[in-house]
Amino acid sequence: MSDTHKAIEAVWKIESTRLIAGIARVTRDIGIAEELAQDALVAALERWPDEGIPEKPAAWLMTAAKRRAIDALRRGRMLELKHGEIARELEFQQQRLGEAMDQALDQVIDDDVLRLIFTACHPVLTVEGRVALTLRVACGLTTAEIARSFLVPEKTLGQRIFRAKKTLSEAHVPFETPRGDDLRKRVESVLSVVYLIFNEGYTATSGEEWMRATLCVEAVRLGRRLAKLLPDESEVHGLLALMELQASRTAARRGPTGEAVLLSEQDRSFWDHAQIQRGMAALARAQDLGGGAHTYALQAAIAACHAQAKTAAETDWKQIVLHYDALLQISPSPIVALNRAVAVGMAQGPAAGLHALGALAAEPALANYHLLPSVRADLLTKLGRFAEAREELQRALAMTENRREQDLLTAKLNQTPLNDRSN
Amino acid sequence: MSQYLVAIHHPDNFDPSTVTEETMRDIGALNKEMMAAGVRFFAGGLQPETKAKSLRAQPNGQVLITDGPYLEAKEHVGGFWILEVADLDEALAWGRKAVVACRTPVEVRPFFEMPPSK
Repeated sequence: MSDTHKAIEAVWKIESTRLIAGIARVTRDIGIAEELAQDALVAALERWPDEGIPEKPAAWLMTAAKRRAIDALRRGRMLELKHGEIARELEFQQQRLGEAMDQALDQVIDDDVLRLIFTACHPVLTVEGRVALTLRVACGLTTAEIARSFLVPEKTLGQRIFRAKKTLSEAHVPFETPRGDDLRKRVESVLSVVYLIFNEGYTATSGEEWMRATLCVEAVRLGRRLAKLLPDESEVHGLLALMELQASRTAARRGPTGEAVLLSEQDRSFWDHAQIQRGMAALARAQDLGGGAHTYALQAAIAACHAQAKTAAETDWKQIVLHYDALLQISPSPIVALNRAVAVGMAQGPAAGLHALGALAAEPALANYHLLPSVRADLLTKLGRFAEAREELQRALAMTENRREQDLLTAKLNQTPLNDRSN
Repeated sequence: MSQYLVAIHHPDNFDPSTVTEETMRDIGALNKEMMAAGVRFFAGGLQPETKAKSLRAQPNGQVLITDGPYLEAKEHVGGFWILEVADLDEALAWGRKAVVACRTPVEVRPFFEMPPSK
């Protein structure tokens, strides 16, 4: 790819969200806005390699989008425009549209960007649709990039975005920021999309490595953007804190051959301490706003306990147990209970950990979850009950098909003595 | 995410009082935009280079402190951003905006990365 081409892509990456948001203020339809913005990008790709990149690329793109909008209006395509904001006579429409778009970019306000994100994450869409559309309009990723990061064919992803835009249009979803009670629910929807994008990048074990990293980066960026746009929403800061703290460990999470390195084994000098500080600041903000007991903030508080421990041995497990207790209160789940049992095992000893695990044996959701027997095996090993530990490890082995997990469990099995330690 | 220094260069003896209101407004708008995009890690403006002190180690182990910038040059760093962006291309795209807003030449320079994970 030529340098100009790369430069155009980079300009697009930093300008497209505001561009689409500005156009959408006029068209009231993010599908049409996104298409007009894409048309403008095509024009830039045609002209800039010869003419050079203009001094104010964003203004150039907006002007190009305006021309396309007027063309489209002439051809009748824009008659679908809603809200009757554009008057009936074509001539007048063209003038109005042109003027509105001239003003739009100068005044792209944060609210436009916020409306764009709320609309892309609208509950009327499937979760997949929300994720794809958000990455497209709020992060400036191309369809090909999004497809690669989710390991689906580009065509499938293109259709997903097309369907999402169509759904928004057919459901007459207004281009606006929700208010009152609705705001809370809609913020939740936005945050869940952002966290899903983050987790897709953070926890997935397959796919192109750098594309995965991109998802984490984009999610953290979106989080930072939202924290600026919705400064009084505690959960926004809670989620941002959680993502910053988790992302701060990225460099330490992979060993020399790409294998996963467990938290307790990580070289903590590889953690990004500036990012940890930002995570801590975001967590403090969430707590100051009274959101310390919300689910993202509690998970962030747990991550913060790890982040603040200079060595694994210095981890404040008692505090972590308290956070898990609180988390279980507001969002009880077997996985949280399992994690809590691990923390109890660290804070109060393996016998207490086993006791905490006891109730989970009957949990149907964990019936085939290899981490349950695996955790139990660790606790039994610490108690010297090796025969039982070996049984649990074998059970865990039968439950996972992941090669790395199997290797790890086999290694543990080989290290576990055949006979119990006599006390 | 990678960090880049975006440094703006002022001519020697640059007089901050000559900066127009329009320039100030553009720089302010750019700062807001960077923050809104979640890329601005740090920003700072420096006092004139005449305020600088230069420190040099002497052969005898002493440190010699002199007034003025370390290098005799026609231009000095007047202020800078540290941006967190995806890659050099994106840093350059922000750099372009900085050139226009500040009406000065701009230098974009990558930081050393975190230790690679492999």
